[in-house]
Amino acid sequence: MAAEHTGGGHSPLAQFEIHPLVPLKLGNYDITFTNSALMMLIAMLAITLFLTLGARRRALVPGRWQSMAELSYEFIANLLRDTVGNQGRRYFPFVFTLFMFVLFGNLLGLLPYSFTFTSHIIVTFVMALAIFIGVTILGFAKHGIHFFTFFVPPGVSPVMWPLLIPIEIISYLSRPVSLSVRLFANMLAGHTLLKVFAGFIPQLLGAGVALGITGILPFVFVVALTGLEFVIAFLQAYVFAILTCLYINDALHLH
Amino acid sequence: MNEDHEPASPSDFDKRLKQALARRGGGGSKPSDDSGGSPRSGLSIALRIGIELVAALMVGTGIGILLDRWLGTKPWLMVVFFILGSAAGLLNVMRVTKGMGGTVGYRAPRKAAPVNEDDDED
Repeated sequence: MAAEHTGGGHSPLAQFEIHPLVPLKLGNYDITFTNSALMMLIAMLAITLFLTLGARRRALVPGRWQSMAELSYEFIANLLRDTVGNQGRRYFPFVFTLFMFVLFGNLLGLLPYSFTFTSHIIVTFVMALAIFIGVTILGFAKHGIHFFTFFVPPGVSPVMWPLLIPIEIISYLSRPVSLSVRLFANMLAGHTLLKVFAGFIPQLLGAGVALGITGILPFVFVVALTGLEFVIAFLQAYVFAILTCLYINDALHLH
Repeated sequence: MNEDHEPASPSDFDKRLKQALARRGGGGSKPSDDSGGSPRSGLSIALRIGIELVAALMVGTGIGILLDRWLGTKPWLMVVFFILGSAAGLLNVMRVTKGMGGTVGYRAPRKAAPVNEDDDED
């Protein structure tokens, strides 16, 4: 009972630390290759292998691997068709890449001793910002100056415009924030929770036989949470993709 | 479709091919609302709402603080934009729950833009 507060000297947040692997410098910029970059590279390679090897056999009746690759294609293709319609097809590579990258980032992060790059706000925010800027440019390219009518709610008397237009603009600007914070917060919270509960197990075991038996409770909880985390990993990638589709749809057909 | 599981008779294949082409061709050019279809949508919407509310508030207050710093009107614009931000947050939540996606701008229910048919899409 007299044990320290920290179990093995491991903070639940230690898993999110960035470690430099290969220090690099490009001019004045620090482009050190970190564990985060390594995981991104691994995710990219894993996606490439998953899809190219899955598509290699080109069987008419797909095997397990091929049908997983086809399933992921179908999933995003249908998502795009349902939300954007037919014009959305040309944005498929973009949405598919995003979805797979986020999904693999989330899933690879669930492996023990790996690193979850989607649990860093800067990673998700850059992705969200790229989507935001891209979609805004798309809207301008498609509609020109007419794009600004986007911020004017139709069917509202002009008297209300000074009040409503700022609200609409704030609502529009909040998109990249909500998109990135959602993914980041879910990943961060989930992984911290897993670690905290896992940390209870050795602490209880170290506290003697009577209390050690209760160590089974956090263990059960960790197992359940791991299952939940798999669902969350998939769902967050799905939400990221569907919101990208919705934003593209908004930019293509204003109102 | 009607003659179920007659293994790949050629005419059946033609019919299914035509259907698939129609789906990806002209027929399917309507965007339906995001909340339909997918069985996971309930949970995915639930995950979106809370953050939707906070994000707009954060952005609004942030804009207020930056404008204050720029114009030197210390607390006032922050207060104004805090209120506008909370209004935007509520608006976002309203739109998500009504299945209108994360869209800015209302859409009159039957305004039918270039988009053909379809009922209450966002």
